[in-house]
Amino acid sequence: MSCRQVVKRASYKSKIKDPGTPGVLTMTENKFVFRPNDPSSAAKLDVEFKHITGHKNTKEGTDKPPWLNLSDKDRSYIFEFGSFHDLHVCRDFVGNALAKSGEAAKASSAAKPTSAAKTTSEKSGVTLPDEQLSTAEMQLRMKLLQEDSELQKLHMQFVISGVLTESEFWATRKKLLDGDSRTKSKQRVGFRSSMILDTKPMTDGRMNKVTFNLTPEIKYQIFALKPAVHQAFLTLVPSKMTEKDFWTKYFRAEYLHSTRNAVAAAAEAAEDEELAIFLKEDAILASEARRKIRRVDPTLDMEADQGDDYTHLPDHGIFRDGSKDVTELQNELYRRTLSQDLNRQGAVVLQGRTVDVDLEDPRTVAEALMQSRRESDESAEQERLDRITRMTEIEDLQEHHDHPVAQLCIKDPRDYFDTQQVNALKTLDDSRTGTEQKKCSLTTEEAYGSLREAISKIKSIGLKNSTVAPEIAITVLNGLTQNISSTKYQLGKNPQDSVLDSLPNKTKEELLHHWISIQELLRHFWSSYPITTTYLSTKVGRLKDAMSQIYRQLEEIKQSDFRHQVSLLVRPMHQALDAAFQHFDADLQKRAARSGGETPNGNS
Amino acid sequence: MASAPSKLYADDVSLLMVLLDTNPFFWSSSSLPFSVFLSHVLTFLNSILLLNQLNQVVVIATGYNSCSYIYDSSTSTNQGSDNGRMPARCVNLLQKLEEFVIEDEQLIKEGLREGIASSLLSGSLSMALCYIQRVFRSGPLHPQPRILCLQGSSDGPEQYVAIMNAIFSAQRSVVPIDSCYMGSSNSAFLQQASYITGGVYLKPQQPNGLFQYLSTVFATDLHSRAFLQLPKSLGVDFRASCFCHKKTIDMGYICSVCLSIFCKHHKKCSTCGSVFGQAQSDVNSTSNKKRKTPET
Repeated sequence: MSCRQVVKRASYKSKIKDPGTPGVLTMTENKFVFRPNDPSSAAKLDVEFKHITGHKNTKEGTDKPPWLNLSDKDRSYIFEFGSFHDLHVCRDFVGNALAKSGEAAKASSAAKPTSAAKTTSEKSGVTLPDEQLSTAEMQLRMKLLQEDSELQKLHMQFVISGVLTESEFWATRKKLLDGDSRTKSKQRVGFRSSMILDTKPMTDGRMNKVTFNLTPEIKYQIFALKPAVHQAFLTLVPSKMTEKDFWTKYFRAEYLHSTRNAVAAAAEAAEDEELAIFLKEDAILASEARRKIRRVDPTLDMEADQGDDYTHLPDHGIFRDGSKDVTELQNELYRRTLSQDLNRQGAVVLQGRTVDVDLEDPRTVAEALMQSRRESDESAEQERLDRITRMTEIEDLQEHHDHPVAQLCIKDPRDYFDTQQVNALKTLDDSRTGTEQKKCSLTTEEAYGSLREAISKIKSIGLKNSTVAPEIAITVLNGLTQNISSTKYQLGKNPQDSVLDSLPNKTKEELLHHWISIQELLRHFWSSYPITTTYLSTKVGRLKDAMSQIYRQLEEIKQSDFRHQVSLLVRPMHQALDAAFQHFDADLQKRAARSGGETPNGNS
Repeated sequence: MASAPSKLYADDVSLLMVLLDTNPFFWSSSSLPFSVFLSHVLTFLNSILLLNQLNQVVVIATGYNSCSYIYDSSTSTNQGSDNGRMPARCVNLLQKLEEFVIEDEQLIKEGLREGIASSLLSGSLSMALCYIQRVFRSGPLHPQPRILCLQGSSDGPEQYVAIMNAIFSAQRSVVPIDSCYMGSSNSAFLQQASYITGGVYLKPQQPNGLFQYLSTVFATDLHSRAFLQLPKSLGVDFRASCFCHKKTIDMGYICSVCLSIFCKHHKKCSTCGSVFGQAQSDVNSTSNKKRKTPET
């Protein structure tokens, strides 16, 4: 569009493992050219986009460098960029270029339909107004329609009947079509279950230097795993030491742990108090553990249970890892057991990611984590109290739990009617079958004749002994009771009951469907203003016709027996439609006044 | 009237005006046969008269062309041809009803019958109110009157003004109009009548159990009603008929002077002769109309 060409510094790799050749990547509308910095290098590239069948790139936030991978039929070109920003610019450009070349290929010849289809499906989200649909996209749409019956209904109603065109219908649902984002956004990435606690140091044999690799992801995991480190980070950085010093200290302590030299650790801790924080047992964790023990069911006797297991007996316990832990008692403080680490890791992994912030800045991560931890603490306290009250009550001394039974009390009939109210209107509707009037057209004489006949019939038969059958009488009485309970207490009494639920299912579904249709039409209607092209004005005309049709249908629904409730629901729909009609008329007049230039006094 | 029996008019004595729909076009197409309907109603009338010695029942037939009193329990004697199958008063009533139907048929003019076959409800309501007024004026002590419409045929919008006037006069004289509507859809007139006068509107779901409905809902006197929970209409169809074409309308134009209702914009009110909208320009009035009737 605005830029016909993109030039970026990048290094080219033919394989992932390849160290890469630094150079300059130039992308134009139909091809990309790579020129290495070293003119003697053989890694020159000049590839046209129409050969490219797919493109991939690494995601920001992972530990991978910014790579763009363009692949054609038999090989792939990998470019490593200086930053993710460069990568994104190039990726978007490639996306557009591929879309164009894919279309061009389709238009010129249908020789390679599969590769073209793949291209369009991967360009994801770039839709042109009168696009030729690829098979993949068509399949996606079909699948969406099959999955969502409501969408299918709307599609049938508007697209098949010609109110909206296919592309108009889908234009408002780009999100659904973007299949990738649909599946990805649903799942949140949790922690890896591998032990990041033992960040393995890298040592090179020559120097006496230990290197730890640290990424924002690891920092975040450390904060989550070790509240004490988290706390220390908040207090110490950046007031007392820089972030770099902090992590150096932390890993020094980690290193001491990994050597399993408790004596050395104790000695170091005595010298440096900050270092001691990392070496000592995590105080916050310990208190949390104590709190957890308090939350255990109070009826559980831990002491008694201990007698039942054998883990504390020699030869039945779980030892750390074959090597013996023989340490003096005074250094116990500086020893961490594997089971502690495992438990903590498991707890954090299960808890999942609680913060959702940019991982680049450890400070914000630390604060966000603090926030989320505080919230969960309060609810946990409340839960503990509830638990204690639940557990400590002794059943024999308790009153019976009251069952929700409303007694029939003549003095206060409301309770009784309230209990009868639930399905009152629905049964009312079901029993309404008998009153349907027969279609019958008699002449005047016949009609009067039948009436006289009926009178003489009753004269001859007389009154029967039982006018009403007992079964009918009881149905009538039940119906009246339900009617009373439903009408008197129906509206506005119970906030949970919506008016919609009290309607019979058919009416309810009809109303909901109309509401969805109206929403769809209104969305298209308002989005086509201001009207700049004739296409838009015909579209608005079509939409208006469809809306006025629904308007009439709503009027018809209002004629039913539930006129009162239905009109409550229909009113906002009518109002929304009225607003649209009014705008349509006003706009039509305005445009008529503007186009009719020969009427000078046509004030709008 | 002697003073001794008039003392006995306690607050639970009722005067029940029953308006019986005898529209042949309705009953020939109804799912409930007219003979069954009549047997339920006759049983109900008997039980009303048995509830209290002083209870009084008047039956008015609402025909297609005319209305008539066909029974009055205060004047009819219990002597007659009691043939063992039914009480003498029922025989009398049926006799009068048959005569009425024949007269009603003779009144019909050929070719006048249109699509809507509505009964002359406004006429029978007026007759009932007249009878009640006579009872009111007979002395300070009288039974508590109420009107029960047993209607089946659909509303006749052309009777709108007459029926509304009857409803308002019933409201003024504190006479509740109960209505039991047997037709397929609800009757807007009767809903409004019962709503305005504080009566009960009921549309039986089980037509075969009509007697049960009548005796449960409509048998009790006005005094006892205060202690009962009777069915109430949830929503009332308040739509009016326009005065110009007698159509039932949702939205319309109202005369600001006499409150007449019109479905279209008129230059002059046909009821009171007020002239509207002279100052308004034509452009404004058309846009105003568009706003009110958006579906056109």
